[in-house]
Amino acid sequence: MIAIYTLWVRQLKRYFRSKSRIVGSLGQPILFLVALGFGLGPIFQAAGQGNYIEFLAPGIISMSILFLAMFSGIEIIWDRQFGFLKETMVAPVPRWQIMLGRTLGGATVAVMQGIIVFAISFLVGFRVESWSLLPLAFVFMLLIALLFTALGTAIASLLEDMHGFQLIMNFLIMPIFFLSGALFPIEGVPGVLEWLVKLNPLAYGVDGLRGTLGGVAHMGLFVDFWVLSIIVAVIIAIGSYLFSKIQV
Amino acid sequence: MESIIEIKNLTKKYKDFIAVDDITFDVKKGEIFAFLGPNGAGKTTTIKMLTTLANPTFGTILINGYDPIKQQEETRASFGIVFQDPSLDDELTAYENLDFHGMLYKIKLKDRKERIKQLLTFVELWDRRKDLVKHFSGGMKRRLEIARGFLHHPKVLFLDEPTIGLDPQTRNHIWEYLKKMNKEEGTTVFLTTHYMEEADKVSDKIAIIDHGKIVAQGTSQELKSQTNTNTLEEAFLALTGKELREEKPGAIDNMRQRSRMWHRR
Repeated sequence: MIAIYTLWVRQLKRYFRSKSRIVGSLGQPILFLVALGFGLGPIFQAAGQGNYIEFLAPGIISMSILFLAMFSGIEIIWDRQFGFLKETMVAPVPRWQIMLGRTLGGATVAVMQGIIVFAISFLVGFRVESWSLLPLAFVFMLLIALLFTALGTAIASLLEDMHGFQLIMNFLIMPIFFLSGALFPIEGVPGVLEWLVKLNPLAYGVDGLRGTLGGVAHMGLFVDFWVLSIIVAVIIAIGSYLFSKIQV
Repeated sequence: MESIIEIKNLTKKYKDFIAVDDITFDVKKGEIFAFLGPNGAGKTTTIKMLTTLANPTFGTILINGYDPIKQQEETRASFGIVFQDPSLDDELTAYENLDFHGMLYKIKLKDRKERIKQLLTFVELWDRRKDLVKHFSGGMKRRLEIARGFLHHPKVLFLDEPTIGLDPQTRNHIWEYLKKMNKEEGTTVFLTTHYMEEADKVSDKIAIIDHGKIVAQGTSQELKSQTNTNTLEEAFLALTGKELREEKPGAIDNMRQRSRMWHRR
């Protein structure tokens, strides 16, 4: 068990040590919040959908969690040949413990990032409806973080070098992000796209986060929580299996 | 003298070729053993099987009396390894790198602290213990990895090209550390290298592998008399031929090149 703790602490130390990376990765979420929030805000309002900042902030929080979580997972590709990970492969520790420690570490770091973005969103006018649901909001953030850290780990276990990474980003992660309801409401989206959204785990995460932070959860918090939790459990299991099959 | 590594009829077959073809040899406890061979000879595959990173197709291995397949954890606790590419965490300090290794190998806090201090002093890096590894030169990283390899008192230390790319002073120091630990703690040293004079100077026993088979075994002197040559390098060339060995660069080689571009080496 100490192996899980060791790997978790390692991820945290690495995160806190790199101040420039923390600030740098906040750039995009802030840009989206400000540019889209104030840019599309009036249009959203005029369309009768209400305050765009209220709608957008949970989506942007999810975005920052999503990308950081994926990166922690994908880091494995480099790590396993030139980093600490290779050393863990020959240590007398079962692989699943290594994977779990890394996943929890990556997810923790992603949630911390999400919380920073959450705090910053207050500066552009975001307000929380009911503070009582805040702990549940953190649960949703954690679930999203776990989902994408595990997914990144699973994918990285299959790739041998960084080239496939570009493909993954453009054809998997970007669509997942754009079709999750993070930036625009998913109701009323035409036919096929609506199905893709229903199959997108991030959509449940964003919906749940939005619901707990005071907006409306169109699919219902209960559904959001359970669908997301089950998918997270499945992806962690798959990721664990693929990780255990890595050949160094 | 008892054997610490016993290899019998070890074979590794891939779909289209045989990487390791029925090899048998022993490494005695406390020896400094050099495992030599041209590119593509089967060296790396053999080491992977010895270090539980790959499974044999056929044959048996015993390390410190343990079977790497059936007793994986015990086998792993018995050896340490210094890989060809650094496997340190650049964003942690020298001390933290060793500390994490100690935690993974289940060494208790008090023992860990003492041992880390002992080893860091030994490789002359104690006053750099709080520095991040990314600020270390290649030689310093290698010394740190050697300290780490010895941390959990392994019976065998595997080293894959330990002094490649290093300056003569560092190489000399590394050999002093290895010989000292070999003498004081009885750690068996198993290394691969392309530096023949190094193998000649330091090793007690040598095995040469080519095309997956062991083509010669013995002390440096025995190999030289066997081939009627004066240096180990000549003996090696006599045994393995002078043809160039073509090797397709794998993903690892490409990443290694990238690593050299972006990191200090």
